Amino acid sequence: MAEEHKEIDALSGTATTGHEWDGLRELNTPLPRWWLWLFYITIVWSIGYWIVYPAWPLLTNSTQGVFGWHTRSAVVDDLDELKRQRGPMMDKLAIASVAEILNDPQLLDFARAQGRVAFADNCAPCHGAGGGGAKGYPNLNDDDWLWGGKLAAIEQTIRHGARSGDKEDHEGNMPAFGRENILKTNEISAAADFVRSLSGLSTEPGADLALGKKVFADNCAVCHGAEGKGNRELGAPNLTDKIWLYGPDKVTIMQGIQNGRGGVMPAWNGRLSESIIKALTVYVYSFGGGEK
Amino acid sequence: MTAQVRTMSLDRPAPGAPVLAHLVAEAEIGKMPPDDDIPLYAPRREIYPQSVYGRFRNIKWAVLVVTLAIYYLLPFVRWDRGPNAPSQAVLIDFPNRRFYFFFIEIWPQEIYYITGLLILAAIVLFLMNAVAGRVWCGYLCPQTVWTDLFFAIERLVEGDRREHMQRDVRKWTIETYARKGLKHFLWLMVAWWTGGAWVLYFADAPMLVKELAIGQAPFVAYAWIGILTITTYSLAGHMREQVCLYMCPWPRIQAALTDEFALNVTYRYDRGEPRMAVAKAQELRARGEPAGDCTNCKQCVRVCPTGVDIRNGADLGCIQCGLCIDACNAMMTKIGRATGLIAYDTDINIKRRQEGKPGFVKLMRGRTLLYMGLIVVTGAIMVYALAARHDLALAVIHDRNPLAVLLKDGSVRNGYTLRIINKRLQERDFALSIRGPTGTELEIIGTPPRSDGRSVISVGQDQTREIRAVVTHRGLDPLTMAPITFYATDTASGERTAEDDHFHGLETH
Repeated sequence: MAEEHKEIDALSGTATTGHEWDGLRELNTPLPRWWLWLFYITIVWSIGYWIVYPAWPLLTNSTQGVFGWHTRSAVVDDLDELKRQRGPMMDKLAIASVAEILNDPQLLDFARAQGRVAFADNCAPCHGAGGGGAKGYPNLNDDDWLWGGKLAAIEQTIRHGARSGDKEDHEGNMPAFGRENILKTNEISAAADFVRSLSGLSTEPGADLALGKKVFADNCAVCHGAEGKGNRELGAPNLTDKIWLYGPDKVTIMQGIQNGRGGVMPAWNGRLSESIIKALTVYVYSFGGGEK
Repeated sequence: MTAQVRTMSLDRPAPGAPVLAHLVAEAEIGKMPPDDDIPLYAPRREIYPQSVYGRFRNIKWAVLVVTLAIYYLLPFVRWDRGPNAPSQAVLIDFPNRRFYFFFIEIWPQEIYYITGLLILAAIVLFLMNAVAGRVWCGYLCPQTVWTDLFFAIERLVEGDRREHMQRDVRKWTIETYARKGLKHFLWLMVAWWTGGAWVLYFADAPMLVKELAIGQAPFVAYAWIGILTITTYSLAGHMREQVCLYMCPWPRIQAALTDEFALNVTYRYDRGEPRMAVAKAQELRARGEPAGDCTNCKQCVRVCPTGVDIRNGADLGCIQCGLCIDACNAMMTKIGRATGLIAYDTDINIKRRQEGKPGFVKLMRGRTLLYMGLIVVTGAIMVYALAARHDLALAVIHDRNPLAVLLKDGSVRNGYTLRIINKRLQERDFALSIRGPTGTELEIIGTPPRSDGRSVISVGQDQTREIRAVVTHRGLDPLTMAPITFYATDTASGERTAEDDHFHGLETH
């Protein structure tokens, strides 16, 4: 076979493929030698990869390679490098007080950047990506703060949470007045109407506001205050403003009185680093400027 | 392709391709076979350009010296921008994302200036082409300049065309190897320094030179020097005219752009034909019979850096460098005939001369005027854009989630992320303010207002600063959406920039 392919084209001096189609023949121009050698060299070179990198699958593992390189250790190295780069700023963040962070533009930028990521990872599932909140989860952009909106108060809440079981957490539950048979349905309904009237919302026609006021004074005022202005120590919301944690409609209010309320915020102390807790504090504060 | 093959067959065949000999023989006696019989494949033929002296060679030397001097020395030119700013006249500062060009400084978002520059470059190239064909290729193209330099080194080490060719075909001696070794060493040195100069545009040149010398430069610098050493060495040393013939798109584009008035390197066949020996021509002329000036000395072919025979007419391989003009003029002077047998000329002129009419050069015509007009317009737009460049800017991004926030008293708050951009090379203080619906107030988080009620933010020189701001609408009238404008005012100079955005009420969601 090989002998047949030795036909040499007279004009170019190059061998042909030996085939002929309707009088046309094709030159069998050899690969450039430099290219061919590079090709062989790359094949030899590839053997080196088998030796130095993890390559051949074995029954339970694979060959490890003499470089000791591994995709997972590479990620760990990258993360370590990142930590090393951020180290000085993270240390500064850990030492500085939240107030100091707010007054140092460079540190504030860094804290907000760190806080943005930490918030998305840890807080956004309940409070929303932009801290906009949801039913039962406070909006962090407004000026109504259940447990206080000054820097120190925000930090305290992030560290210890609310009803989280942490020793220094915020405590205070709204009892289930209906379920525990403390109040009857008509009393709950009247109290709900009365609560709506506190912030100027409309009440149902024929609502017994006098009964509502009495029920409120006897049962609710202990925590929410005689005027319904709330109590931060217990996380009892101000009922006279426009902001409703669970919603302003009568059914929702009645549900709250019937079954009680007690949203839980976990304690992040120990779960997040000192620097990240401070970064989160500053980040949450910067949503709406906290509380004056 | 066929033109190329024909050109090749006229000069001496390559040592490795004796099969072309019969074609050469046929061509020599004027019996070129019809196109169909010419092989479509031609192996590469080594080109040994002969040295030449003359006007265009001198111009090429001058252009070579000037362009290479600019390339190698420009990174060392200093430009004072004040303290804390780089003092290098031309610097591409990747880590800080800035491009400095003398008095111009460009931020990444202003990269569109480069678009203007590229448009300008393209039209200038069109104009050059309309005036004198591929003069860019012949004089200014880096491929030409570096190849020219490498040819010069080659001739210096291995001798001129004849000596070099003879040594190549003879049995190689130690001297041959030594000369070739020295040539490649010198080529690599030039290539290495070409890469070395390249990286100097990306860092402070004197400091980087020092770092490179003591082996402390960043790896990326060494890598790029290596890459450019290899590309320069192979492009200018080994691939040479093949880059122009096969790799570069410009010859094809320019061939489509040229027209009958463009001054291309032209063999004036009206004067040159029929070719004959000097003595025979003198004899014929003495008898009053027609005789051509071309003596078929082939000097024009031997000096050509791309191996073209210009006497065959316009050629895709011709880069319009004019070296064949120099070679031919020297020969014409020697035999006492008028120079300019090969010249920058047009085919129209040759035909006119054949009819006894004078030739003419028409530089001002629709195309060139249009190109000049476009150059002026594009240049003016760019100068205006640079002159009107603001060194203060404000970017505003409205919070997407939540769009609007209800406050305790029923007021509505919107959150914004502002970025003040200070392109001036000094720190500046900016007062922020808004103009929006009545009852709106601006608050900068973390920056309480000063005693005069204004919140002032200082932004470092040549930097940006991100600020969180909230706007609260205290009005009782229900608001769906209203335009709002943010202002940043330089407290020292009063310079102000504005950025429009919207204020959303609760009704919108």
